[in-house]
Amino acid sequence: MKKILIAIYIFLIPSFVSAAPTAEVLHWWTSGGEAKALQVLKDDFAKQGGVWKDMPVAGGGGDAAMQTLKARIVANDAPAAAQIKGPTIQEYDEEGVVSPYNINEVAQKEGWDKLLSSQVANHMKCEDGKSYCAAPVNIHRIDWFWANKKVLDDNGIKMPTSWAEFNAAADKLQAKGIIPLAHGSQPWQDATVFEAVALGVGGNDFYKKAFVDLDLNTLGGSTMVKVFDQMRKLKSYTDQGSPGRDWNVATGMVMEGKAAFQIMGDWAKGEFAAAGMEPGKDYLCSPTPSNSGYLYNVDSFIFYKNAGKDKVEGQKLLASLMMGKNFQKVFNIYKGSIPARLDVSMADFDMCAKKSNSDLKTAGSKGGLLPSFAHGMALRLAQKGAIQDVVTEHFNSNMSSQDAAKKVAAAVKASL
Amino acid sequence: MVKNNLKFEQLETASKKKKIIYRWILFLILGIFALYYITPLYVMIVTSLKSMEEIRTGNLFYLPKTINFDSWLEAWRGQLVNTTSGLKVDAGNVYLKNYFWNSVKMVVPAVAISTILGALNGYALTKWRFKYDNIIFLLFLFGTFIPYQAILLPMARTLGVLGLSNSITGLVVVHVIYGLCFTTLFCRNYYVSISDEIVRAARIDGAGFFKIFFKIMLPISLPILVVTVIWQFTQIWNDFLFGATFSFGEAAPIQVALNNMVLTSTSVKRYNVDMAAAIIAGIPTLIVYVLAGKYFIRGLTAGSVKG
Amino acid sequence: MIWLKRNLPKIVISPSCALLVWFVYGFILWTLYISFTKSKILPNYKFWGIDQYFRLWSMDRWHVSVSNLFIYTSLFLILCILIGIVLAILLDQKIRAEGFLRTIYLYPMALSFIVTGTAWKWILNPTLGIEKFFIDIGFENFTFDWLITPGMSIYTIVIAGVWQSSGFIMAIFLAGLRSVDDEIIKAAKIDGAGVVSIYTKIILPMMRPVFMSAVVILVHLAIKSYDLVIALTSGGPGTSSDMPAVFMTQFAFHRSEIGLASSSAIMMFLTVTAIVIPYLYSELKREDGKK
Repeated sequence: MKKILIAIYIFLIPSFVSAAPTAEVLHWWTSGGEAKALQVLKDDFAKQGGVWKDMPVAGGGGDAAMQTLKARIVANDAPAAAQIKGPTIQEYDEEGVVSPYNINEVAQKEGWDKLLSSQVANHMKCEDGKSYCAAPVNIHRIDWFWANKKVLDDNGIKMPTSWAEFNAAADKLQAKGIIPLAHGSQPWQDATVFEAVALGVGGNDFYKKAFVDLDLNTLGGSTMVKVFDQMRKLKSYTDQGSPGRDWNVATGMVMEGKAAFQIMGDWAKGEFAAAGMEPGKDYLCSPTPSNSGYLYNVDSFIFYKNAGKDKVEGQKLLASLMMGKNFQKVFNIYKGSIPARLDVSMADFDMCAKKSNSDLKTAGSKGGLLPSFAHGMALRLAQKGAIQDVVTEHFNSNMSSQDAAKKVAAAVKASL
Repeated sequence: MVKNNLKFEQLETASKKKKIIYRWILFLILGIFALYYITPLYVMIVTSLKSMEEIRTGNLFYLPKTINFDSWLEAWRGQLVNTTSGLKVDAGNVYLKNYFWNSVKMVVPAVAISTILGALNGYALTKWRFKYDNIIFLLFLFGTFIPYQAILLPMARTLGVLGLSNSITGLVVVHVIYGLCFTTLFCRNYYVSISDEIVRAARIDGAGFFKIFFKIMLPISLPILVVTVIWQFTQIWNDFLFGATFSFGEAAPIQVALNNMVLTSTSVKRYNVDMAAAIIAGIPTLIVYVLAGKYFIRGLTAGSVKG
Repeated sequence: MIWLKRNLPKIVISPSCALLVWFVYGFILWTLYISFTKSKILPNYKFWGIDQYFRLWSMDRWHVSVSNLFIYTSLFLILCILIGIVLAILLDQKIRAEGFLRTIYLYPMALSFIVTGTAWKWILNPTLGIEKFFIDIGFENFTFDWLITPGMSIYTIVIAGVWQSSGFIMAIFLAGLRSVDDEIIKAAKIDGAGVVSIYTKIILPMMRPVFMSAVVILVHLAIKSYDLVIALTSGGPGTSSDMPAVFMTQFAFHRSEIGLASSSAIMMFLTVTAIVIPYLYSELKREDGKK
């Protein structure tokens, strides 16, 4: 009899437990530092009694995941949270699959408006900036130079503070048989370099007018031609094998001293770390030349329309954990980026991260804090894709800068 | 007489020499092609046995300095990390073990159902002629040209409505439907070349549709059934698109897991583990090819592929 | 009861037909409808007109995709069938190593291209693979940089695609060859025909149905080729090796342009139909004629 009672209890327990907050999370952080970083969130969630249902779909910075995500939304089975960033958040909101903004309650209670810079906060809001519908987990900086310290020291080169300086240094290196710029020519990498150059050559205002406001005159204007000129110059500093090369193989070239510089976002740090290299000792990091510009990319999770008490509770718990101080610190140490939350101590971060953090504040005050378009923060994907097509086409052919500028303006116009 | 014998011998040696030369040329051509096919596999195996250090600094075609099976173990059961409770599998990284069985659970029913239906369809279309049957066959053929990307969204909607979203059952349904076009093609082309007389005689004797199928057609269908099973197995086991779109998380098939391991976006790539994982993921299909290779050829030999 | 018996074949085939009607033709109609809408990030069912088609044809990238599809499919078909037949005939010559060689030619189809694509990418890269290898062993002026040359990158995809699929075509031709009655060949030999003409005048013409199956399979594979392109060139350099399957997927899922992507899918479908279906139909009529 006792046994039967115990059995019944054990049977019933799951039905009590299933009222626990559950969250199905779509993401593409499936290995290395990224997976480790995400594991922190999974563990925190479990500690608070949550049930995490993992939905990893890797591939090309989210390509395959987008397919899966859309299929699920169309099937009326959206996940609780998905790794979506930038204007795409608002795009989904327009389709009506995000409201009723389950996490806004948590955001208001915890005072997210004060914990985040206004720019980051605006990215996370739906309903024309009224309600929070996404939570930021980090801030990546795109416009970095990574360099092999030994190569630079041997050739008496310092980290360039202007594009002219870089070109001079590159010429010097090329004469010595060292590849000045390690690059992998895939469309997104070409676009990454392009926006760093645009920020530096064109200036902060130019960048904003062209890539945030989409002013067609700026897009097709003479400053744009200058940007493409510099891109043409950079092309001459890359090596023959660059088309199709993966970004981390290019980083490898810098690590081995075959190449001197690479322009890449701060996730490149992970490669150096995995090879046992230290910043300041083996490799150097400095922002690409600009006037206190800072191109940012905020990884975030959008919270879709979900019904059922356990699911809603799961979303709220997840959102709260994501903005937690400890999570923001540990996650970003693993990921290589810096916290989105403003009040996290930077003591345990490496020197490049510390620089990133201080630059963030400077750029913010000087109007140079700008969203990366190549990484989906500034523009909707249709426009971003249109610009990217022209940039990669120009970089990989003999297209003239004038034609390129004209094409960029035309492509953006056609995609609107 | 002796002269004739001599001449004959001379002719024979001459033609023997010719034969030997031809054989050597034959082997040369076959060998060159073999090189073309084998090179990528060689690169993959060699890379999977090296350490990341060696891969980064070394040359693509060189043999590994020390043979190292760690990446194979890691690809299968995950990375081991030191935790307070001893060596445990690092839960963050993806590895193949669990997803392997998902694929098996999906492939077996899908292959079985699509093959049986294909055989029935082929039989019906060829031995029981009716109006428009060629047009209907064309409709099946047409289905092989549909780009799968185009049907992802409506299929997702339909599966959602049927309550099959995110399940192995849903994947089985999808694979059966799109496999039907091919299984019907193979079986129909096979049955067309089988003489109608047997069926006609059986009908006169009073046998019905299903009786003839089970007693006459199926027993001689072994060759084409093997062919169909092999094609379906390969296509379904290797499918990534449907697996990634219609199932997720823990129900995902092995190619999705492989993809998750290999195509990481902004984190450190481990090429040796990736190559090992790809080979592991391909082993079942390779085994099917090797073992059934004999049956494969014999199957098609029995006049199947011919119209 | 008799009605049931008489119509049994049609009844048996009707579930499959019903599935086809919904899941193939129904979905094609859905895609067609969406191509007439303004669908962006998710499907939108408000009718808009044929503007998506105008937008599609005004894009340089689409023109590149379409011409690449023709180049790729024709080369892919010709090379796979040619290599398939040649290898099949060579293997048919009763060699001891037949089983071993056959497996070597067949195995590429067993491996996922997501990773074999990486291997090929390295092999074809001038600084890593073949070009470097030949330069290292002394041929200093050897170049093989198709992978990174905008006009030539599509041909590297042909190399990899043929590698993957020609073994299967060899297999179905080998089987076809083996099913030819030995009596016919003996008779031809007695009549004095040489080996070459036996093949060209007797055996190959009997392979018409095998050609049909090969064409269907190869066209299907060519249309599907998304993995191949992404793994090898990401559609580059630039967008020079773009293909309609890649174009469609990118615009539907990564550019939030589902309407435009649908119109590209319909165009692909129409093209394939216009070319392949007449061929298939004439083959079927031929078979009926022979009976």
